[in-house]
Amino acid sequence: MITYNRVVVDTAKTERDSALFHALADPTRRDILSVVLQDAHSVSDLARRYPISFAAVHKHVGALERAGLVTKTRHGREQRVRGDVATLQTAHRLLDDLETLWRGRISRIEQVLAHPTEGAPPWP
Amino acid sequence: MAVISVVKDAEARTMTITSRFDAPIDRVWQVWSDPRQLERWWGPPMYPATVFEHDLAPGGTVAYAMTGPEGDRHRGWWRVRAVDPPHELEFEDGFADADGNPSPDMPTAVIRVALSDLAGGGTQMDVITAWASVEAMEQMVAMGMEDGMTATLGQIDDLLALPARA
Repeated sequence: MITYNRVVVDTAKTERDSALFHALADPTRRDILSVVLQDAHSVSDLARRYPISFAAVHKHVGALERAGLVTKTRHGREQRVRGDVATLQTAHRLLDDLETLWRGRISRIEQVLAHPTEGAPPWP
Repeated sequence: MAVISVVKDAEARTMTITSRFDAPIDRVWQVWSDPRQLERWWGPPMYPATVFEHDLAPGGTVAYAMTGPEGDRHRGWWRVRAVDPPHELEFEDGFADADGNPSPDMPTAVIRVALSDLAGGGTQMDVITAWASVEAMEQMVAMGMEDGMTATLGQIDDLLALPARA
């Protein structure tokens, strides 16, 4: 029941894939990912490991987050970065499918609102 | 475009989709409260829904089936958790077996619908879907994908059956 709108899903998927390639293209980001896949770290922890600024590390983490490779969770006063690739990629993909399903439903609701008395379903 | 925003949270396994309609709130509520209108939009075009039980009261049940292009039937149910016409509806959505009994080992999602008046006479609808676990999402969407595959294969069969055009 999802496939009919696959084109929309593919667009969202393509966007995510390019974010993914962008995120993995940088060696520091790949290294950060391998570190947080082992264990959660705060951004300041991560910043101490690399000869770059806190802001630069923060930016790298942001790129990984947009690609769906890591998540940030608040832990007291600091934000912890954690890599959870399989789960998060799956969740992203499923939410994309759910979005497609609901976009279809909402456009059909518009048709029902426009033609309230039609007995037949609003598709050909 | 009716959809004005979509917020997805992979960590919390929720999606909020917000849309606006050029119709008063009581009219928009009817697409949920009238089973004949509900079945015109709930199922995808390849899987039209038939609603045969529809009790929008707390604890009430909505029972439906979606029929695929191969005549395959998929039964589902809602269990109403909260209702406040024409503003709010919250229900659990799940799968049922061929006799319409809820499948206890199948995942469910909780869907919350909020309607609100807009200045100028329109209505905003927020639909929030929440899943208990990624496994539950995976299982539910895997079933949807399987259905979609069947539909696609059916379409290919139809195309192959068409006479070739010169």
